[in-house]
Amino acid sequence: MTIQFEVNGKAVKVEVEPRTHLADCLRHGLGLTGTHVGCEHGVCGACTVIVNGEAVRSCLMLAVQAEGAKIITVEGLSRDEALSPLQAAFRKHHALQCGFCTPGMITTAHALLTDEPDADIKRIREVLSGNLCRCTGYIPIVEAVMEARAAYRK
Amino acid sequence: MKPTPFDYASPATLAEAVSLLSARDANAMPIAGGQSLMPVLAFRLAAPKLLVDLRRIPGLNRIETNSEGVHLGAMVRWRDIEDDARLDNAHPLLKAAIEHVAHYQIRNRGTIGGSLAHADPAAELPGIAVTCDGIINAAGPNGARTIRAAEFFLGPLSTALKTGEIITGLQLSPWSVARRWGFEEISRRRGDFAITAIGLFYDTDAAGRAANTHIGVIGACRRPHRIAEAEAALNGCAVNDASILAAAKVAATAVDPPEDLHAPARYRRALVETLVERALRQAAARSTRGNT
Repeated sequence: MTIQFEVNGKAVKVEVEPRTHLADCLRHGLGLTGTHVGCEHGVCGACTVIVNGEAVRSCLMLAVQAEGAKIITVEGLSRDEALSPLQAAFRKHHALQCGFCTPGMITTAHALLTDEPDADIKRIREVLSGNLCRCTGYIPIVEAVMEARAAYRK
Repeated sequence: MKPTPFDYASPATLAEAVSLLSARDANAMPIAGGQSLMPVLAFRLAAPKLLVDLRRIPGLNRIETNSEGVHLGAMVRWRDIEDDARLDNAHPLLKAAIEHVAHYQIRNRGTIGGSLAHADPAAELPGIAVTCDGIINAAGPNGARTIRAAEFFLGPLSTALKTGEIITGLQLSPWSVARRWGFEEISRRRGDFAITAIGLFYDTDAAGRAANTHIGVIGACRRPHRIAEAEAALNGCAVNDASILAAAKVAATAVDPPEDLHAPARYRRALVETLVERALRQAAARSTRGNT
């Protein structure tokens, strides 16, 4: 099937099998390999992307269900050479080691802070509980997201 | 793992969806948010030939609160329930239970129809539907029908839906302001399926004794059900330490918990006792005015 949607502000048209999930479509069909596929059954959160302003697990959504949607992947959250507030905060707090979970952490945190720039530590921990990280022990990630809040308060 | 190949359709009307699903040899399944079905497909527990996406069908995503109670359209998402302030008073038990459903990203796509159809005995919404004597609305090749939640869930991942039928909504009867309620859950990680959860409510008569007690179990069962023995133990009693502990003990002996890799049966049974006690204490401590 041919589907059309918008990724990171660009209209795209891509050919997929109906069974292809959105994460595979982004990675294989569109070369956007920033979105990582971890568990592929909705447990780990590594594949989180933002669909019409809401964070979703792209392994739990068929690509064909994204017809007409506006999608933002982790690639859409960087600013060329300069670091985004979340990227800068992750770097400062050593909020990543192997980096596998990081795209999902960044997209999830971006969706949260865009909606709720005043999210408290309890809310941030609750939201990030859907994303597994096997390196950091989470504390640096929570600290980084706490710090990035300032940039979202406008 | 990847799902087996299937065709995909996204009809614009309910009638069209029903006809696609009920065609002879269709081997078709409806998909809403896909938050339960996608893992089922990925594990190849199901291998449909056709998926019928309900996303373009209008009118299924409304939450209505009125004198009839609360009606949730099948495409209402966890996020919609969370964001709907009317439900704080219109159905506080539903609202409290839904806080435990899944993680942030899943809450943006998971639907109540999907959860009911998936029928996981450890899922919160089926448990609340049964505890509150909910009515499930379905549309099928022979028209619309209603199914009592108590008769809807047949066992793990098994429901009374017939081929071609689609859940269209869930009706919960009106909530009374003075009603006492509690919800308690134990899971490995907040947002994960319940190892065991208890949802309950009771009204009080003029003398302050419990009446109309409903106690429902989630997780420690093959399908969510009310615990009639524990309800009977509390009805007519002043709700105090003695009656709470007695009802909790009765509940623990009445359930028949499964044993799996998450927990042995005896642990789930112990949780039933603990959580019934906690939920009743929560209910008893609640002010009669307002439900928060």
